[in-house]
Amino acid sequence: MRQAFTDTMTDLLNEDPRTALVLADISAAAFEPMRRAHPDRVLNVGIREQLMIGIAGGLALTGLRPVAHSYATFVVDRAYEQIKLDLGHQGVGAVLVSVGASYDGAEMGYTHMSPMDVSLIDTLPGWTVRVPGHPGEVGPLLRAAAATDDPVYLRLSTQVNDIAYAEAELLRPVRRGGGPLVVAVGPMLAPVLAATAGLDVTVAYTHTVRPFDTNGLRALAATGEVVLVEPYLAGTSAHVVSAALADRPHRLLSLGVGRRDLHAYGSPADHARWHGLDPAALRAAVAAWA
Amino acid sequence: MAVADVEPLLKRLTGDEKHAPSAFSTLDVIWVLYDRVLRVDPARPDDPDRDRFLLSKGHGPAAYYAVLAAKGFVPHEWLDDLAGPDSPLGHHPDRLRVPGVEISSGSLGHGLGLGVGTALGLRAQGRLDPRVYVLLGDAELDEGSNHEAIAYAGATGLDAVTAVVVDNDSASLGWPGGIASRFQVHGWSAVTVDGRDHDAIHAGLRAARPRRPHAVVARVEPKGS
Repeated sequence: MRQAFTDTMTDLLNEDPRTALVLADISAAAFEPMRRAHPDRVLNVGIREQLMIGIAGGLALTGLRPVAHSYATFVVDRAYEQIKLDLGHQGVGAVLVSVGASYDGAEMGYTHMSPMDVSLIDTLPGWTVRVPGHPGEVGPLLRAAAATDDPVYLRLSTQVNDIAYAEAELLRPVRRGGGPLVVAVGPMLAPVLAATAGLDVTVAYTHTVRPFDTNGLRALAATGEVVLVEPYLAGTSAHVVSAALADRPHRLLSLGVGRRDLHAYGSPADHARWHGLDPAALRAAVAAWA
Repeated sequence: MAVADVEPLLKRLTGDEKHAPSAFSTLDVIWVLYDRVLRVDPARPDDPDRDRFLLSKGHGPAAYYAVLAAKGFVPHEWLDDLAGPDSPLGHHPDRLRVPGVEISSGSLGHGLGLGVGTALGLRAQGRLDPRVYVLLGDAELDEGSNHEAIAYAGATGLDAVTAVVVDNDSASLGWPGGIASRFQVHGWSAVTVDGRDHDAIHAGLRAARPRRPHAVVARVEPKGS
């Protein structure tokens, strides 16, 4: 996904003089050719994430379309107040593109993990949140974001599905069944499909959680039973699902990353297992709940 | 109109006792900027080639509002209702509510980054004439985010930016070595002037040089004195 971002961002910088990229050292080497080609629109501010967002806000105030990029924990967690005030409260938008989703950087420890990024963005009004599950989804989502002035968060991961679904802004059924609706967000689709093999469930995929496709949810959740599987903090979208189904009896199982600092390294696969997000644990959780 | 004519406007703003010393500390600097320096027009507040004035130190904006009213950006009547439920004027300014206000501010340490970004955005679009003035307080410089912006603007020679620091000795731990040196060490030009002397403020603002951002430290009486 990171390469897909670099490729599409490069094209956008070459094609659209309104586009600007603000970096805080992360990915600076990958964009060095673009910095030389467009020195006024490719800006590496050094390890200064507050400034990265402040500059993005200033660029947007002059009519440019800034893209700010770093690890999720730096671009969102560390610069949260700048996102709130230098973008949102000024009435301007930017595209924030993160890498290092949840525990992608597990070997580097908790300092480089951000399973709470989408929850933090979700506290702010007006944001579109894209969680692609495949590198093939990244380019179209970035292009769509660059074409607006809206605040957009694009969350890239090293965890990927087998198939790209560029058209998955709305809930997209990928397996039809008669039982509960299982919503798989972004890279959770692959483990969800493995976990629900042979079960009588409908599996729907989306790469867009804000705004959440509540109409599609209501249409697909005929039984009122919903399993929500997100690759960041468990329950991040539970309030949206509950509100969408408030007028009918429903049951919701929210799965995702736990609210625990495990003080552990290892691999993303290790952390998926520890947080109950590997296929075996997901299957057991759904079976127990159902 | 002179700054003395602004003071009656300022007194129409009530209920800002907490930030009153802060508001009065900035009055002369803001007046000189709007009266002698800024190329802004209340009839065209969105002119892309206007100079920008960013009140980073959003505290105590009464002087700002009064000068904006004196210069025709907002109706004088607005000054009679500060922070009421229907008032566009609050204790910290909101750019979406007040014509001529470039940034919404209040939380300290945001304006200089926004100002640097604004200058970069103007440069990227070939707009090389507008200058970006950011007003900060000496205590506001406690926020580390300012120093990210100071370092970056200095290292890149962003000469469209002028920081004006109103220094009323309110930083809890002070600034050993002086505020100007904090900018100079990063490549800014910097001068310290009497923040009540209009000619000195004006001269300080005009002392900007090519290829360097510029800082004017405007000394005023200590807070509470």
